[in-house]
Amino acid sequence: MPYPEEMVAPMRAELTDNGVEELRTAEAVKEFLERNKDKSAMIVLNSVCGCAAGAARPGILLSLGGDTKPDAVGTVFAGNDVDAVNYVRSLVPQAPPSSPSVYMFKKGEPAAYVPRHVFEGGHPEAVAEHLRGAYAKLS
Amino acid sequence: MGTFHSDKGALHGITVVVRTNTNAVYIGRCDTQTPTGIFLNDADRHEDGQDGKSIEDYIKNAAQWGHWPKIPHIVVPADEITEVVRLVEVEK
Repeated sequence: MPYPEEMVAPMRAELTDNGVEELRTAEAVKEFLERNKDKSAMIVLNSVCGCAAGAARPGILLSLGGDTKPDAVGTVFAGNDVDAVNYVRSLVPQAPPSSPSVYMFKKGEPAAYVPRHVFEGGHPEAVAEHLRGAYAKLS
Repeated sequence: MGTFHSDKGALHGITVVVRTNTNAVYIGRCDTQTPTGIFLNDADRHEDGQDGKSIEDYIKNAAQWGHWPKIPHIVVPADEITEVVRLVEVEK
């Protein structure tokens, strides 16, 4: 059963109010990747857990404030956007289900993956630094 | 910075690698560490050579991709533990 939308809405908005594109369905994810197939793209697998609130979302937003970043950023929500999440996960099958997590694509192909344990107990600044290192490899 | 449960210790909620004096290593989300051992949730256990992977290869793979949680809850006895480190601190 999905989380109540009124519970997750503020967690979605933390990203979408800052320019991250909301992808609620598998079709939306496919269209997003197709639209950005000649660029770099990132999909944030958002979640209700504490490390998403304390480290992942603020760290991701901090990282996107720099010059080196993906051309396009989208987000899906674990436990709510079920088909969208399953589709994103299917693109990197070697990665166990993990949320929050971050998937990066270069010219439409998976290029980097950041699992949940990178965010656990982390500070936003450390998360941002980790992500910036990955962004540099996308260009 | 741990999670919201400050009475559970600094590693509460953190995915850790538990090395042991046996031929097995454990990776899981730490609940608590006590004199009895370390309590892990959503854990996995890997024996050296299992599935053709050494313990070091297994840990590196988990650091890159995460681990598959095959054991809901487990206690690793204190007298078997040789090292506990955060998975994020492992070199990929």
